[in-house]
Amino acid sequence: MQALSFAVHIPLVCFGIAFPAMILYVEWRYLRSGDQLYLTLAKRWTKVMAALFAVGVITGTILSFEMGLLWPNFTATFGSVFGLGFAIEGFSFFMEAIFIGIYVYGWERLSPRRHFASGIPIAIAGFTGSLTVIAVNAWMNHPSGFRLSGGRALDVDPLAALFGNRYLWHELVHMYIAGYIVTGFVVAGCYAVGRLRGRWGRYERTALVIPLTIAALAAPVQVLVGDWAAREVATTQPVKLAAFEGLAKTTKGASEHVLGWYSNGQVKYGIVIPKLLSLLAFHNPNASVQGLDTVPAALRPPINVVRLAFQAMVGIGTLLALLGAIYLVVRVRRKRLPQSIWFYRAVAAAGPLSLVALIAGWVTTEVGRQPWIVYGVMLTKQAVTGASGIPIGYGTLALIYLAVAIGVVWILRRLARSPLALPEPTTAAAGS
Amino acid sequence: MHLYDVPLAFSLVGLALYVVLAGADFGAGIWQLVAGGGPGGKQIRDHAHHSMAPVWEANHVWLIFVLTVTWTAYPSAFGSIASTLSIPLFVAALGIIVRGAAYALRAGTSTARELRVIDTVSASASILTPFALGSMAGAIASRRVPVGNAAGHLFSSWLNPTSLLVGTLAVAASAYLAAVYLAADATRLREGELERQFRARALAAGLVAGAVAIGGLLVVHADAHRLYHGLVRGGALGGVIVSLLAGATTLALVWARRFEAARYTAALAVAAVIAAWALAQNPTLLPGLTIQQAAASHDTLVALIVAVLAGGVILFPSLALLFRLVLAGRLDHAPTAAPLLPRDGVVAASASGLLGRVAGACLIAGFGLLTVADAPWAHAIGVTALFAFIATGFLAAVGEP
Repeated sequence: MQALSFAVHIPLVCFGIAFPAMILYVEWRYLRSGDQLYLTLAKRWTKVMAALFAVGVITGTILSFEMGLLWPNFTATFGSVFGLGFAIEGFSFFMEAIFIGIYVYGWERLSPRRHFASGIPIAIAGFTGSLTVIAVNAWMNHPSGFRLSGGRALDVDPLAALFGNRYLWHELVHMYIAGYIVTGFVVAGCYAVGRLRGRWGRYERTALVIPLTIAALAAPVQVLVGDWAAREVATTQPVKLAAFEGLAKTTKGASEHVLGWYSNGQVKYGIVIPKLLSLLAFHNPNASVQGLDTVPAALRPPINVVRLAFQAMVGIGTLLALLGAIYLVVRVRRKRLPQSIWFYRAVAAAGPLSLVALIAGWVTTEVGRQPWIVYGVMLTKQAVTGASGIPIGYGTLALIYLAVAIGVVWILRRLARSPLALPEPTTAAAGS
Repeated sequence: MHLYDVPLAFSLVGLALYVVLAGADFGAGIWQLVAGGGPGGKQIRDHAHHSMAPVWEANHVWLIFVLTVTWTAYPSAFGSIASTLSIPLFVAALGIIVRGAAYALRAGTSTARELRVIDTVSASASILTPFALGSMAGAIASRRVPVGNAAGHLFSSWLNPTSLLVGTLAVAASAYLAAVYLAADATRLREGELERQFRARALAAGLVAGAVAIGGLLVVHADAHRLYHGLVRGGALGGVIVSLLAGATTLALVWARRFEAARYTAALAVAAVIAAWALAQNPTLLPGLTIQQAAASHDTLVALIVAVLAGGVILFPSLALLFRLVLAGRLDHAPTAAPLLPRDGVVAASASGLLGRVAGACLIAGFGLLTVADAPWAHAIGVTALFAFIATGFLAAVGEP
């Protein structure tokens, strides 16, 4: 259930991380140039941000309810360890809510400079909020800062547990960049679809270039950061890495399997690249990589789910990085946008694909941690609520989310259709 | 007051603010529901929406604040409450979703019928949520939530005389608060007709809320004897008396059309009730669990208190700014005639050649330090270099479209 809630909430988080910064950039361009086009663009994006934030408030509230509803034992045992993170997150959320209120309702009512300044805390709060939540998740993956005795957490040092955790940094950077990739490709994808349908004025080009440039730069960087994250996982959660790769036995000079399906202790139908896994994980082609056999079968995650999610994330991430590189080369070498219709088709597809990669990445880390809720300390089944009637709650909530999703699509379409308030017609300049 | 009491005090202050601020939001929803059709009804519904829209998100975050502080500082109590009272908690969550979704969707409506549907749905949620939350408070106050994972009764824990009473009181108080605030907003907007209507509503709702509160003491006497005895003694009795006086003063102020002052006395009445409840129950949190026993370790409490205070230093000025802008009408819906006059200036021709080369250098440095090197410090610099690559690369490549 929480899985569903997170899957709905995460894309909104991405927009919370990256969208305010993009809007502020556009507003800054407006302040510098006085060009009405940037003003129009910033205002329209602001409306989208406000609608998405409202939905984010809802899903975020639900998540905090669920911490109690679904995992009372988890919160009861470890609330003192990780709760601080959520308390800070709550403040960030607060700041975001306050300044989004000012920013959204303050267009044309505050002086341009004060209005711009009111947007800055939104971007900062989006960052600190995600920082603390990821700190909690990093702690669940790599718990520290407490001593467990008789089912109670003692000697709790919440600061060390949350922020002195080596697992935090790569997760944070990975997620933060993912925020920019997802937001960039989704927003750019919308305008790429517009281009395919023949809407291609200066306004649309601007609205495409800004998010696409950010995403195109962030996607190749994500490949490097992802590789770093995988090396951290190899050291701190070897079983998770073994699940990523479908590695049954501890092996020296382990091979990498691309695609394929794990069954009976080996990957079938995959493409084998000898020694690559050892090289990637430990920078040594002959290093020993721990296999699934290091823990009993009951303590292994569902291999194929994790492996499939991991491969989907890596595969899509690589494609996005390639797309980004092509765009950058054309943009920098030829000083123009790519002209091929296939490029715009690819960008249009990159939006939904980046969302798939995002959720696959989340599945990779969360399902990869199973059966633990706190890695090596508490099993998920020990944390779950004893209250009955949970399936009814599941069903209702799923329906609600469906309704919310339909509502979001509906309102975004409405906002997209409302006419542009531009001083001069822009579509006339098509093709230039 | 001991260290372990401090987070509870934060929670209660947060709860009071939530009831006062978000209660007004739910109350506005209730008035939307009973506004009726026709142009008059639409005017009321629009007024209720526009008054609340800039602040509703900030108002609802107080609940998240209360939840997170409680589960950090009193984890075992939070687990017990959330599992036993999972149904009302779930209902409240549903109500908040619907209310928030309605705010998000209202911006996209174009026909009166769509607007009507959305307002009605969100308004129904506005009754459900305060009732559910109130019934939870009633359950805790009447000692029906034992310690343990879902140890209490799934239904009778929150479907009992005290819970029903507190739930009803929450709904009535929400409607009352909202009517007072909306009347004050109508005065500011110089909407005489709206002001008259909300004044009448405020008086009616205030009388109902007062009657429920006073009659409620009898219910509490019969159903939750311990709570009753706590309420009529010492500081708790003071809270009850302050609340009654503040409630009566509010009615008088509304009668005299002094809405601005009435906002604050109405809020005081609510806060005093919550304080009285807390004092009546002190030092017990749940049956057999004192605040001291439920509290998290010393370090966690200190870290939490520091975080809350530090957050408060940033938060309260921001909130003050928001409310000042709202109350001064700076964020009002009516369009103002202050066109934006941007400064003159041209985007400097970006030295994209140089920026591009810097970006390339950052990328190579990032790759070397993050991917090839193994030391943590190298990783830190590598990540910084990669961020620098994104930033400089963006400035170099974005250009004029």
